[in-house]
Amino acid sequence: MNEALSAPLDAPVAEPAVPKIRLRGLRKAFGPKKVLDGVDLDVMPGSSMVILGGSGSGKSVTIKCILGLITPDSGTIEIDGRNVLAMSAREREAVLDRTGMLFQNGALFDSLPVWENVCFKLLAQKRLDRRQARDKAAQALADVGLDASVGDLSPAELSGGMQKRVALARAIASEPEIIFFDEPTTGLDPIMGAVIDGLIVDCVKRLGATAVTITHDMASARRIGDHAAMIHQGRIVWTGPAATLGQTGNPIVDQFARGEREGPIKMELRR
Amino acid sequence: MSSSSLLARPLDGLAALGRAVLDLCRTAGAVTLFALNAVSHAVRPPFHPRLLLRAFLEVGYFSLPVVGLTAVFTGMVLALQSFSGFSRFGAEGAVANVVVLSITRELGPVLAGLMVSGRIGAAFAAEIGTMRVTDQIDALTTLSTDPIKYLVTPRLLAATLAMPLLVLVADVLGVMGGYLIATLKLGFSGPTYLKATLDFVQMTDVVSGLVKAAVFGFVVALMGTWCGYNSRGGAQGVGGATTKAVVASSILILALDYVLTEAFFSR
Repeated sequence: MNEALSAPLDAPVAEPAVPKIRLRGLRKAFGPKKVLDGVDLDVMPGSSMVILGGSGSGKSVTIKCILGLITPDSGTIEIDGRNVLAMSAREREAVLDRTGMLFQNGALFDSLPVWENVCFKLLAQKRLDRRQARDKAAQALADVGLDASVGDLSPAELSGGMQKRVALARAIASEPEIIFFDEPTTGLDPIMGAVIDGLIVDCVKRLGATAVTITHDMASARRIGDHAAMIHQGRIVWTGPAATLGQTGNPIVDQFARGEREGPIKMELRR
Repeated sequence: MSSSSLLARPLDGLAALGRAVLDLCRTAGAVTLFALNAVSHAVRPPFHPRLLLRAFLEVGYFSLPVVGLTAVFTGMVLALQSFSGFSRFGAEGAVANVVVLSITRELGPVLAGLMVSGRIGAAFAAEIGTMRVTDQIDALTTLSTDPIKYLVTPRLLAATLAMPLLVLVADVLGVMGGYLIATLKLGFSGPTYLKATLDFVQMTDVVSGLVKAAVFGFVVALMGTWCGYNSRGGAQGVGGATTKAVVASSILILALDYVLTEAFFSR
């Protein structure tokens, strides 16, 4: 026997790390339209994964499936090695409890002031009383560069950039283990986009969280992501380091990253 | 024209009718499950007393002016109409009886239900529908909060509890409207009119109206929240949900009014 290939019996064996999120064969169709057609993806603990793809490619549906907002037709979704689709409602709630989400348009509750939005989960679960929640909201707002006085405003009184920051504060206030970001820079000017990206990176690092971001903003993808995955026609067609975007050697990814009209991605245009 | 195409037309019509009936059954089943789910949350913690209070004020307190005015004018018109009708065969004395019976048994709950349907059913549908199309309902789920428990249950409870109180006020104001016309315009004596009213009205009349009010309140809130919760497609979808909520709850109020009247008063 080759000694180099045989380990001594008492030597520690390095166990392969369990992905924080593992998707296998995820499929979802809406009527005749197949949106997800067998998505396979691993997101390792503490890493920041960016999912890229054109409009309607299934990015949002993928994270909505993970969050339990949409039920996939088939496939498995594992979080910490456990298939959430096979869990009871209560177990699934416990898993959801460890996640945070920043929606594309913020999705702030316009009937509540900003501070109640930020601490909504903590108040709903009675983890804090209202006075403590106010202090916590002020701290979370400071973390995203907003003054505590913003807490008394209504979401309708905020600019788009401020709404995104408040939504980010809400996503991180409960200190989740996994945070999802849906198009965090859409609708923002480039400078505000960079500010939001910087805040996301800081917050995720500080919490030691696993992050999954969906975007088609390449600058944002490079700033936020450690790793990137490209979804095309309902499947993941490439995964790799986010820093290599644009020179991956994969024609689909490279066309998307460079925003070229010619290439394997054909836009459906009606004349 | 071939015989097969002649046959196809009536069959197409039947198929369309069948589809419509199946859709109706499917919707009725879905609404029932939605209602059962919402009601079950009323007895399962956590509870949201602040939301219940807010919805109660919205349905009860802020609907008072519109329901009150409707009741007053309805009582006034009833007094005038019944007087002009009954005077043809010398039965003017029955005006007070007709007014109080019509208001407490029928017009109080039905008109209050229709007014609240236009005000509250539409508001619930628009508010929840907007939350649906702006991802706020999904956000509730990601914040470990059941949207049915948070958005639907407090509104259902509030409307079911507030409507009987509203109708009680409407009953009093409706009778007062009739009293004003009867005494100021038709020459009735005030004490005689009030005595006739109080002697004639029975507890069953008032209670049946309050039960109807509770049912109508539940229906208005249910249709408002259901249509809003299931709205799709932006502003147009929210507008459609609002219209659907008002139309569906108004029709259900009139249909259930007949069913409840049968249950209370048919011998």
